[in-house]
Amino acid sequence: MKRMITIACLLAGAVLLAGCPKKATTIQPPTAGSQVGDSSNTSPSGGASTSGGDLGGDNGRGEVGDATGPLARKVIYFDFDKSEIKPEYADIVKLGAQTLTGRPGLKMKLEGNTDQRGTREYNIGLGERRAQAVRRALLLQGVAETQITTVSFGAERPAAEGDDETAWAKNRRVELVYQR
Amino acid sequence: MNRPHVLLAMIGLLVLCPRSWAELVVEVTKGQEDAIPIAIVPFNSPTEAAASFDVSQLVSDDLARSGRFKSMARTDMIEQPHMGASIAFDDWRRLNNDYIVVGQVQLLGPDRYNIVFELYNVLNRQRLLGYQISANKAGLRLASHQVADMVFQKILGVRGAFATRVAYVSVLGHLPNKSYQLVVADADGMNPRVVMQSNEPLMSPSWSPDGQSLAYVSFEGKLPTVYVQELKTGERRRVSARAGVNQAPAWSPDGKKLALTLSTRDGNLDIYTLDLASQALTRITDDPGIDTEPQWSNDGRSLYFTSDRAGGPQIYRVGIQPGDKPRRLTFQNSYNARPRLSPDESQLAFVTQEEGAYRIAIMDLRGRGDVQVLTRGHFDVSPSYAPNGAEIIYATRDRGRGVLALVSADGRVQERLVSSEGEVQEPAWSPF
Repeated sequence: MKRMITIACLLAGAVLLAGCPKKATTIQPPTAGSQVGDSSNTSPSGGASTSGGDLGGDNGRGEVGDATGPLARKVIYFDFDKSEIKPEYADIVKLGAQTLTGRPGLKMKLEGNTDQRGTREYNIGLGERRAQAVRRALLLQGVAETQITTVSFGAERPAAEGDDETAWAKNRRVELVYQR
Repeated sequence: MNRPHVLLAMIGLLVLCPRSWAELVVEVTKGQEDAIPIAIVPFNSPTEAAASFDVSQLVSDDLARSGRFKSMARTDMIEQPHMGASIAFDDWRRLNNDYIVVGQVQLLGPDRYNIVFELYNVLNRQRLLGYQISANKAGLRLASHQVADMVFQKILGVRGAFATRVAYVSVLGHLPNKSYQLVVADADGMNPRVVMQSNEPLMSPSWSPDGQSLAYVSFEGKLPTVYVQELKTGERRRVSARAGVNQAPAWSPDGKKLALTLSTRDGNLDIYTLDLASQALTRITDDPGIDTEPQWSNDGRSLYFTSDRAGGPQIYRVGIQPGDKPRRLTFQNSYNARPRLSPDESQLAFVTQEEGAYRIAIMDLRGRGDVQVLTRGHFDVSPSYAPNGAEIIYATRDRGRGVLALVSADGRVQERLVSSEGEVQEPAWSPF
């Protein structure tokens, strides 16, 4: 038994070492010189989200080129059990498409997420469906297929904790992440 | 990362591991009214063995925890016989016991014990069992569960599942610093061992039919990957890291294949089977909807799965031979997902939505397909049958925290497994 625990620990250690995350690199967007648009109407709590963090503290304004600013990571929120992109997120899609078409070497990862309700594996499917909806919207605006990858985390990576609609609304999302 | 840091990280883990997780404690929330009264008399033990482990207490706890038995409190016992010849049956009968277990733990040698026990019917004084199990100190816990298994089977005619294990995912910490552990514990929640730990989500553990390995999904590389890990050695193998979705592994009954969910480039999820030796991939479903959560039939010839091809998620069954057309099984309610087959294939357990809540339901597969909702929670998901089919373990939420719960397959007994820290989800009960 002791031996097994040791092995498990070693393994966990190995995994942690092997799994040192390759940080998703954020790149200076090409629309230099302009301030990024107000996104006050683009999320349930009125702000663009940083990765997995609190939505409330970010008012959606940031200098272009600021790695932690709203251009580095954009979030599109969805209604319950839906994968249609609501009109208020058209700007995020448009800006993403402009950025990607202007920089063919740039890549974007679309991370699909759901709220905590329902079965975990089916939620992976729903998260993927949302990521694909954003992918299709980007492709329609001229982005090359090779620039976009999708991943679904289903309900596994919530942005907010809690068993209520306030939290769930923040979790039903696709995060648009630029990668080099 | 430079070398001293690596070393420190490893040492940190080694020190941390044995105490970084919590045991689950079982609380019976709804017992069976006609539970069978039984007395498990404290076993006579040599001092050393008694100090190290209380065999009869564990047997008593196991039986009580099943909800099928009512174990007599030790303080109510007026005498403590250790063998059949010294049982005063009339006394035990007057105390309303139907059955009595007596026994002793003998010291055979250094780190070698012998559990000798007998089960009697108090009413007719018949000796139903007389048995001995030998074990070393570390094995006394397992041996005690085996005693409980034998008593359970003798009286109820159903094999006990106390000496089995449960795998589950434990989530520690809070956003944005969550960590995920894949844990294997004894079926009573004790003796938990972390078999895998990651800062990214772990999900969907599935037992190999021989109970030696787990298949699971890990996001440790920021993308979903299916691994197969042998529990004894910790050795693991990456079996699916294809572009897109790699999810929902389910072991075939012969242990040679996994059913799993993969996606095409445009994100369409379908079910495939993967031959573990040859890596040969066979597509089973082909539909634009989400097809996922596969589960094999016992003969390995068909798969039960979730699909939203008709709108909301419903449960279907399809043969694995080419060209077989999926047949829909669920019609009641608009959301039915994640099927799990009972070991004798008489029932299908799944998640259903009623009154806006997600609950565990079972469908009768032998009769008219009647559906019975077993649980009353709001977020009850991930049902998994005990290998004897008597109970279903599932995940639920309690005051904002993920916990595990148990319900008997007839819905009469309900229990909760309480963890002192973190969230617990996705239980998978081991085979025998």
